[in-house]
Amino acid sequence: MKKLSRIYVALILMFLYVPIFVLIVFSFNETKSRSVFSGFTLDWYARLFNNDIIISSLINTLIIAVLASVASTILGTLAAIGINGMRKVPKAVIMNVTNMPIINPEIVTGVSLMLLFVFFAARMHLEFGFVTLVIAHITFDVPYVILNIMPKFKQMDPHLYEAAQDLGCSPFQAFKRVILPEIMPGVISGFLMAFTYSLDDFVISYFTSGSTSQTLPITIYSMTRRKISPEINALSTLIFVVVVVVLIVKNIIENRQAKKRGLYRG
Amino acid sequence: MKQLKVLSLPYLVWMVIFIVVPLLMVAFFAFTTEDGSFTIENISDVGQYANIFVRSIWLALIATVICLLLAYPLAFILSRMEKHKQGTMLLLVMLPMWMNFLLRTYAWMTLLGNNGIINNLLGMIGIGPLKLINTSGAVVLGMVYNYLPFMILPLYSVMQKIDKSVLEAASDLGCSFRNTLFRVIVPLSLPGITSGITMVFVPAISTFIISRMLGGGSNLLIGDLIEMQFLGNSYNPHLGAAISLVLMAIILVIMTVMNQFSPDDQVLI
Amino acid sequence: MKRKLLSLFLLPAAMLNLLSGCASSEKTAEEAEEEITAQTLTVSDPDYYTRFKDDGLSINVYNWGEYISTGADEGTLDVNSEFEKLTGIKVNYTNYATNEELYAKLKGGGATYDVIIPSDYMISKMIKEDMIQELDFENIPNFGYIMDNFRNMEYDPENAYSVPYTWGTVGIIYDETMVDMDEEDIDWDLLWDETYADQILMFDNPRDAFAISELLLGYSLNTENPEELADAAEKLKEQKRIVQAYVMDEIFDKMGAGDALIAPYYAGDALTIMEENDSLNFVVPKSGTNLFVDAMCIPVGAKQKEAAEMYINFMCEPDIAFANIDYICYSTPHSAAFEMLDEEVRNDPISYPDEELIAERTTVFVNLSDEANKRMQDLWTEMKSAEDETTNKWLMPAFLVLCLATVVFVLIRRHIKNKKDIF
Repeated sequence: MKKLSRIYVALILMFLYVPIFVLIVFSFNETKSRSVFSGFTLDWYARLFNNDIIISSLINTLIIAVLASVASTILGTLAAIGINGMRKVPKAVIMNVTNMPIINPEIVTGVSLMLLFVFFAARMHLEFGFVTLVIAHITFDVPYVILNIMPKFKQMDPHLYEAAQDLGCSPFQAFKRVILPEIMPGVISGFLMAFTYSLDDFVISYFTSGSTSQTLPITIYSMTRRKISPEINALSTLIFVVVVVVLIVKNIIENRQAKKRGLYRG
Repeated sequence: MKQLKVLSLPYLVWMVIFIVVPLLMVAFFAFTTEDGSFTIENISDVGQYANIFVRSIWLALIATVICLLLAYPLAFILSRMEKHKQGTMLLLVMLPMWMNFLLRTYAWMTLLGNNGIINNLLGMIGIGPLKLINTSGAVVLGMVYNYLPFMILPLYSVMQKIDKSVLEAASDLGCSFRNTLFRVIVPLSLPGITSGITMVFVPAISTFIISRMLGGGSNLLIGDLIEMQFLGNSYNPHLGAAISLVLMAIILVIMTVMNQFSPDDQVLI
Repeated sequence: MKRKLLSLFLLPAAMLNLLSGCASSEKTAEEAEEEITAQTLTVSDPDYYTRFKDDGLSINVYNWGEYISTGADEGTLDVNSEFEKLTGIKVNYTNYATNEELYAKLKGGGATYDVIIPSDYMISKMIKEDMIQELDFENIPNFGYIMDNFRNMEYDPENAYSVPYTWGTVGIIYDETMVDMDEEDIDWDLLWDETYADQILMFDNPRDAFAISELLLGYSLNTENPEELADAAEKLKEQKRIVQAYVMDEIFDKMGAGDALIAPYYAGDALTIMEENDSLNFVVPKSGTNLFVDAMCIPVGAKQKEAAEMYINFMCEPDIAFANIDYICYSTPHSAAFEMLDEEVRNDPISYPDEELIAERTTVFVNLSDEANKRMQDLWTEMKSAEDETTNKWLMPAFLVLCLATVVFVLIRRHIKNKKDIF
């Protein structure tokens, strides 16, 4: 049984990783062929770094992701605190609406925002591009932040905040000293989630981007619709390497913290 | 904590403008003509594309079932591993998800091509070339590959909570493996199953990238149809909005049905 | 206009000629070197181009994919960055794949573009719908290079809105080694030939696809007759079964790598692909084809009209126009660029078919009425969404059974639950 399950896990992992490894291998291929490996080269990487369009869309993606995730974390944290204090019915209504962008197919969210922006564009000086992208990203990021924070309130004693005020804290101090530390893990995980979703989003960006400020996924998409250059393989490899490094570092940090906590307790 | 309610005000304003109003605009577009007068023609025109809806639902369903069948044993195996191994394995399973899904789909384009690697390998042992890419099978494969982790994660998180002693108790009381599976494990993991199904089904039914990249443009899905009306070859945002509305209705129905299966009738996403 | 000549430190045209594109013929290294020193990129009137140097302007250019010299191949010119260097105007460059996509993006509003390059019929549609604006030809002195027979074309009779960029024909690219047919005998029905099932690619846009079907049926490719359009759609539906994929620029890879054997496409791109794959050939089918002209226009709502006109003028600089057509292999309406081409290319029947062929076999698209356009689009979507007969039979019943099963399951579950509650 144990052997069988090991084989099973190995097969699934193969299914998940083989395509990526093929991409990586062919990023070093001398020719443009995607099926025959003819020789080793680093040319595609060199070209990738000289490709202005890719580099500028990478920068755009990062700027948009940072802006959107910071803004949505602030907006979402405040919202979660406020919603938590509400009565049952308004709370349920707001949470249901908040869930909409998560439940709805991305394409519907994208299309609905596009219609809204078109409406604004016709009446005000709104141009599709950077601004619309940031707004769209904040819109689909906030719900994730809120959903990450809400459960933290359940674990928190609801009287702590009042107790702090009774003991002479101003409301702001009480907020900063009592509520914020309690929900901080949720805020951080919400922020990280928002950031990664922003980096990765294609569908909603596709419908809300304009003539400027392309994000990396949009650039990748237009690359796959033209003559395909192995630069795209090189790009995949680099992204994969970055992801692996980030996740390993994250794991090491988490393990260390866990160990430390263990030590203190012990 | 009640006085903190005001803090949610900025978000509420944002929510109304950027979540509620846009959805109302979709509804508005769906029920109007180009000159703004009311019509239900757009909605009834959607009927023309019934076969696309049926195909999308069908392909998404197949992909969801395959995901469930693949992910269920895996999630179970993972949840029974030693604790420190679990973290690493989960990381390994989720890692490909962090690559952009366009790149992951592109990877399959490379593999499945008529002169792609799979056909080359098959050719060496004297089979093929088979028609792999540009088929509905390729589209399903793309969906399974891209959304499998969405199924594994919720399943794993509920199974991890099933105590080992519960399973031992079942077998001590004379349950066969099959009985343990269907009487204990499955009922306990039901919330994971339902949320996994919605998390795979919803993106699968509405994708347009996978069908475009792996389906060769002849396996249109609902997503393609919507995209075509807004940014593609047949510009008609009113019809596009109507299709979006119908798609939302379908998903609403599916979610309601899924909630029926959930033990506490709670939404799990 | 005063013509000052300025030598820029750009890549010499001769080098482009040698290293890139279809125009390159076999030259010895020495010859090439000689030309490198002899020729440098020159632009007329540099003052004109440096007017906005310090204004920090940017323009949005929306072009077809693979339709400009990008410098991706060694030794070729990166036209956009040369423009940026010369004028200080930033170019935001994005791509579309079909005229219809361009139309949707513009019509939807929101995105603003300064320069677009639609084809003939789309230009007249856009003129009709007030989507593009009149150009100030004072700002485009290089329009003088455009050959007379490409001025005042039918789609823009006064030649007020557009500056021709390229032209060409549509034909069939096929693998000579696998398709055993005389070049002269090839007609559009090759795309319907069952022998090559799953080896055929097809246009992924309604206008080009319908044109092929209409030509095959002997109709005009500008027909608005509902019955003829329906026939053409029926023909396309018939073909669907043997079509491997509906593609636009994906064709470069698929044909280049030998993933497919037969595909209709534009002559210029065919030449590019043929360079990659020796066994390919391109032919204009005997029952005729479409002749297209793509021209540069400025949409209504462009933010930087003058800078856009400057860009259009830059694209008509002889060296730039040459670099572009040398790279993309389309035929040029630009007299000076044409002169710079190799003799061999100028006489290439694919790029520059003789006038007899053009007169006898080619038709230019005209803009269809709104009604005909809508009909064609609906038929197109219907064709694309049509099911293969084989899958169709079991799909619907299976779906119904599944729905039924779910409903029954839910009902039974409720029933059981209710029972439990009672006890």
